[in-house]
Amino acid sequence: MGELWKLFATFCRIGAFTFGGGYAMLPLIQKEIVEKNQWATDEEVLDYYAIGQCTPGIIAVNTATFIGFKRKGIPGAIAATCGIVFPSIVIITIIAAYLKHFEDYAIVQHAFGGIRVAVAALILNTVIKMWNTSVKDWLGILIFSASFVAVAFFNISPIIVVVISATLGIFTANTRTDVR
Amino acid sequence: MIYIRLFLEFFKAGLFAIGGGLATIPFLQDISRKTGWFTSQELIDMIAISESTPGPIGINMATYVGYETANLAGAIIAVIGEVTPSVIIIVLIAHYYLKFSEHPMMQSGFYGIRPAVAGLIGAAGFEVAKISLFNIDKYLLSHDVFDIINIKSVLLFTTIVFLLNKYKKHPIYFLLGAAIIGIIFKF
Repeated sequence: MGELWKLFATFCRIGAFTFGGGYAMLPLIQKEIVEKNQWATDEEVLDYYAIGQCTPGIIAVNTATFIGFKRKGIPGAIAATCGIVFPSIVIITIIAAYLKHFEDYAIVQHAFGGIRVAVAALILNTVIKMWNTSVKDWLGILIFSASFVAVAFFNISPIIVVVISATLGIFTANTRTDVR
Repeated sequence: MIYIRLFLEFFKAGLFAIGGGLATIPFLQDISRKTGWFTSQELIDMIAISESTPGPIGINMATYVGYETANLAGAIIAVIGEVTPSVIIIVLIAHYYLKFSEHPMMQSGFYGIRPAVAGLIGAAGFEVAKISLFNIDKYLLSHDVFDIINIKSVLLFTTIVFLLNKYKKHPIYFLLGAAIIGIIFKF
């Protein structure tokens, strides 16, 4: 029971402070999952996120389910998923019931103006950490840059980016002696 | 019964929407058209609120639509419907991933995928930075070069990046701090 509760509580914290899409949860995942609890390595988080991106469903939920399953099997997957959705259910229910014009309040807009800046800074920090763990040679630099440009400037689907880069990784495998 | 339909509709959205929460929007529009539980204008408002509250956007939208349709029980059932396909699919994939993660082909595939994911996250961060650090719209109106950059935001951004590397505190502190600064200095 101990670890299931911990999975629930940890993902609750992550859910409560994810402002934006699945990408916004990564700085929190790195802190809570990789650094504090050591439930997964940086590389594994990147793998889970890639899988979550290419499979149906919400990326944040997919990533939570994956980590929960790795720790404690199916009960762990369910505990982590309940954790990540719990804050949303509470907060949105309160807003839907009592604060219909929530996003029109000036104070909310200013707070979110500040939060967006923090999210951008946190993501920059996360991308630098990810670069350090994942980019190991010229191929890595090429894939990173191509994927950034493809998505940021050409709106190419992330799924295509993931499939092409996996293919590149497999076809260049014999040029590397040490894969990890 | 409305609960069963709500579950099935959101199960469908969770099963077929690939690429995250925003990919569920067409499914929500479809629910609106087919059932009349809510109008498309109401849906636009619900999406706006879901984007400006904590939590994954897809879950926020499911909660909101579920609540509007059948109160708290509706909210919970919509969320359960939406996450059930994910849990089943990811448990199956995770089982094989953990079993075959040492396989050379898996390792070299993910060797190529990891930098790509870092690039994807970089692109997502770039989108957020574009909105929060620059005033493209204001510049297009005034053509004043000093209007391109949002000085207040850039200052806050630089401070956070500096503090993050110096103190390595939990991201929650930076998010809360930035919210307070945003309120005080009217971001």
